Amino acid sequence: MKLVIIDYGAGNIKSVKYALERIGVNAELTNDLIKIENADKVILPGVGEASSAMIELKKYELDKLIPTLKQPVLGICLGIQLMCEFTEEGNTDCMGIFPIKVKKFNTELKVPQVGWNNISKLKTCLFNQVKENEYAYFVHSFYAPLSEYTIAQTIYDKGFSAALQKANFYACQFHPEKSSDAGQQILKNFVNL
Amino acid sequence: MLTKRIIPCLDIKNGRTVKGVNFENLIDAGDPVELAKYYSENGADELVFLDISATKEKRKTLVDLVERIAKNINIPFTVGGGISSVGDVSILLQSGADKVSVNSSAVKNPELINHLANKFGSQCIIVAIDAKQIDDNWKVYLVGGKVPTEIDLFEWAAEVEKRGAGEILFTSMNHDGTKDGYANQTLAIISQLVNIPVIASGGAGNMQHFADVFKIGKSDAALAASVFHFNEISIAELKQFLNNQDINMRV
Repeated sequence: MKLVIIDYGAGNIKSVKYALERIGVNAELTNDLIKIENADKVILPGVGEASSAMIELKKYELDKLIPTLKQPVLGICLGIQLMCEFTEEGNTDCMGIFPIKVKKFNTELKVPQVGWNNISKLKTCLFNQVKENEYAYFVHSFYAPLSEYTIAQTIYDKGFSAALQKANFYACQFHPEKSSDAGQQILKNFVNL
Repeated sequence: MLTKRIIPCLDIKNGRTVKGVNFENLIDAGDPVELAKYYSENGADELVFLDISATKEKRKTLVDLVERIAKNINIPFTVGGGISSVGDVSILLQSGADKVSVNSSAVKNPELINHLANKFGSQCIIVAIDAKQIDDNWKVYLVGGKVPTEIDLFEWAAEVEKRGAGEILFTSMNHDGTKDGYANQTLAIISQLVNIPVIASGGAGNMQHFADVFKIGKSDAALAASVFHFNEISIAELKQFLNNQDINMRV
């Protein structure tokens, strides 16, 4: 099995690579269009700011390739936002895989949301053997509202999409690579899709 | 519901943990990776590594260590100590650190916070603030609390938020090392003043101190070192204790 992690200059993608190594998967970091197209699984990680991330994706023409991929794709954190249609972060047009507009938290609560929160109403095999209300680690100021694509939800000031799925595209707002044993299980499930 | 966080802090010098640690089941408690694994398996929500090595060569050791930690633990960790440039942060994040904390260098050059937040995103930038109360005023201190400044704690906390800090790690020098509890009144003021998470540090001595820092101090996270390192408080028991007091914990 060939798993690639898309390397477009986003911070801290090594944590994803290391997390995969812990479950015995050796992933390649790459921005090579052909390698990505031919991989069995693709992960789009993301830490940082949306408009600059989109500029980087465009630079390598990844913004055109990713929506056409047929194999399972997993977006993480900023990755979930980039896979939506639009984000309020820098008023950025994104890849539009999910027809969803990403919003900024507008709440009395602290922003960013930093820390461990429950994920519930878990759907699809991505959450095999993950129990309802399991904890996952979040760090974010923007969120995808609940929609028909929601496969896990979390409540901050109100409910939002902790994970999305449409066809072969999966995405989670939390960091599975930092979410202890449950996160490791989610990565394993993705690898086994 | 978002939980409050418990964060053990490890002081690192030349790639080794500094304070004597007292765990019978660990083969090498001086190895930060062993200790980090132990804490992550026993309920810690995050870890902070504070590097107190001074020289450049030693910093290289830190980078190697960060990579080993990232390979071995599956919870987030922060690296702090002596970070003074975009380049320093870049290397640490690329080696696998989730967040960095800056302290003195941000006071000397507040623009650094803007640069770091713009380049890496606020979510990975913690500004650590050491302060001491003298008469009725809280003043910011530098270099691990050795050098006083005229800067007001609350003004500085508000400024670091405005410049893009993602979290504030506040250490009260009046409380640090006393084991008499955290600076709860002051923490509550900071927590209400800013809209970013506040991590409390300095003063943890027993489990009730943690309950107080969340309830009275309104903190989002509590950091401690010796009570964990010397096994005076087990994180699992602490979290159960806090949960029983209706403080939401990951257990």
